[in-house]
Amino acid sequence: MTETGAAVLHARRADDDDLALLLLIRHFELALLDLFGRGELNGTTHTCLGQEYVPVALRRLLADADHVFGNHRGHGHYLARFDDPAGLLAEIMGREGAVCGGVGGSQHILRDRYVSTGVQGESLPVAAGVALHLKRTEPGALACVFIGDGTWGEGAVYEALNLSSLWRLPLLVIVENNGIAQSTPTTRQMAGTVRARAEAFGVRHHGIESSDLSAIRDELAPLVAGVRSGGGPLVVEFATHRLGPHSKGDDTRDPETVRQARDNDWYRLYAEADPERFARADEAQRARVDAIVREVSARPPSRWRP
Amino acid sequence: MRVGENLNAALHGLLESDPSAYVIGEDILDPYGGAFKITKGLSSRFPERVLGTPISESGITGLAAGLALCGDAAVVEIMFGDFVALAFDQIVNFAAKSVTMYGSRVPIRMVVRCPTGGGRGYGPTHSQSLQKHFVGVPGLSVYEMSPLHDNRQVFDAMLASGGPCVFFEDKILYTRHMNDVGDLFRHDVMPGAEDVARVFLDDPEKADCVIIAPGGMVDRAVRAMRGLLLEQEVTCCLLVPSRLYPFDAEPLLPVLRGARAVLVAEEGTAGGTWGSEVAHRIHRLIWNDLRRPVALVSSADSVIPTAAHLERAVLVQDSTIHDAVLEALRD
Ligand SMILES: Cc1ncc(C[n+]2csc(CCOP(=O)(O)OP(=O)(O)O)c2C)c(N)n1
Ligand SMILES: [Mg+2]
Repeated sequence: MTETGAAVLHARRADDDDLALLLLIRHFELALLDLFGRGELNGTTHTCLGQEYVPVALRRLLADADHVFGNHRGHGHYLARFDDPAGLLAEIMGREGAVCGGVGGSQHILRDRYVSTGVQGESLPVAAGVALHLKRTEPGALACVFIGDGTWGEGAVYEALNLSSLWRLPLLVIVENNGIAQSTPTTRQMAGTVRARAEAFGVRHHGIESSDLSAIRDELAPLVAGVRSGGGPLVVEFATHRLGPHSKGDDTRDPETVRQARDNDWYRLYAEADPERFARADEAQRARVDAIVREVSARPPSRWRP
Repeated sequence: MRVGENLNAALHGLLESDPSAYVIGEDILDPYGGAFKITKGLSSRFPERVLGTPISESGITGLAAGLALCGDAAVVEIMFGDFVALAFDQIVNFAAKSVTMYGSRVPIRMVVRCPTGGGRGYGPTHSQSLQKHFVGVPGLSVYEMSPLHDNRQVFDAMLASGGPCVFFEDKILYTRHMNDVGDLFRHDVMPGAEDVARVFLDDPEKADCVIIAPGGMVDRAVRAMRGLLLEQEVTCCLLVPSRLYPFDAEPLLPVLRGARAVLVAEEGTAGGTWGSEVAHRIHRLIWNDLRRPVALVSSADSVIPTAAHLERAVLVQDSTIHDAVLEALRD
């Protein structure tokens, strides 16, 4: 009860821009599930429902010169970097104006200093390489990489941590620990903790429980500044919640777990904090996404040649 | 029965009949039952030998090799065959090597299952057919699932071989029916080659063209054969080996000799393909009897795009096979 109360109190501090972005991502993801449900999307997708606030909180801590590595659950990562829902939707639908011509789709996106790919664990060593480059050529810039709790099963994660700690690389690892990997609860796939693993490599670890944007930023700002100024890598672990299925229609979690995720949904907490302003912003983003879905769906197929 | 159900039944049967058998993989436990539901029911019946693992393809493949080293039979599910790249070292440098590199034969009974192929819009890292990368590794066998081969028999053969096997499963097949070759054609087992299924019109040795293709291509090849027959009066005989490597062309020669053209079709992308290995073996054996070199059909030399219209342009379609057969028969 007190925890919820505190979150509600803090939630008042989300400014209009942040709120709009949070809700844009929420409605974008809901629209995707709806399009799938109606058979209008091909392939698969992983929505970040419930986790939208993580990249939104981070965006003000990141600079244009930083590189960002998204992952399979990366629509929020992308939208927090670029105000380009139409380009992303076109990518997912294979329509004209797609960010990557419809070749990469939901999981494989490259734009400026943003990149994502669909193979777990691959991105960390690559991000370390980018961080090495930045350290020499653009001191002060960093490589930020998003990974899930399940991805800590991959050995490449540890090779990258070791390298980046040894060489004090400007690498910011954002762990979205949503307590599950596809169908496997974290307790059944991770021995020990993310914290202890990071610390074993001499890498600093910081845990975040809150979904309050200002609180998160206040906590992280000095730590991220440390990464930029030669302090070596940092692992930030968000305790977060996956609201929806892993991809689509594949949720085998028990109802109690899903209910807990809903109870912790930032959407509810923010709505309760300031119902009227929230409702207006919510409606505006819903309408924006509806219009984008209509407009992009009417576009011709993307063009590309092998 | 659908191919996926047949495969699921094969795994049930294996665990039931062999108390040393394990099935290991990510998200394979009930109620989820695997990303493609192929392991449904296994963990409920055999909780000690069906293990859901962390996301650690290299680790779990090495683990399987360890079980196999102790005499157990281990089946690993790689969620998407693309990720078998992570297990390449364990397969090539440990499991396959161990069979012979210690000077005497060490049996390694393990199968690495790889859901494979495109056509579902999963994108460049979830749609590949990586068979060719496992061709030509001493000690390693490459198999492919087929609607014309009972999976239990194939699993028994793989484990009886005593060496590690990589088993490619075209994902599209899971929902297809076993032994379905349409109403025009018949199918049987190639005489003298138990491992090879045959699809033909009447006399397999009198077909205009012989198509050699792994299981994932059966649907597309049969549809192409149907069109060729009805529209062009061209007859084809389709040969579907279950084991792709090592590949024994010798028993196929009677059928190959009679044909005006021979074609190998596969979904993997062009360049360094399984088909070129097959073609080479056939050329060595009957070059002088062939009217023209063996023709190769594969997907374009390209990544596999996500968008359906782009994906279609890259992957082998019925029409690709249809056109290639006509081209090969042109005088
Ligand atoms: C190497 C590899 N193995 C397996 C997968 C299939 N897969 C995609 S997402 C996922 C679960 C990832 O869990 P986690 O890292 O916790 O991220 P979350 O999905 O919870 O955001 C799995 C197993 C993959 N993409 N890559
Ligand atoms: Mg997770």
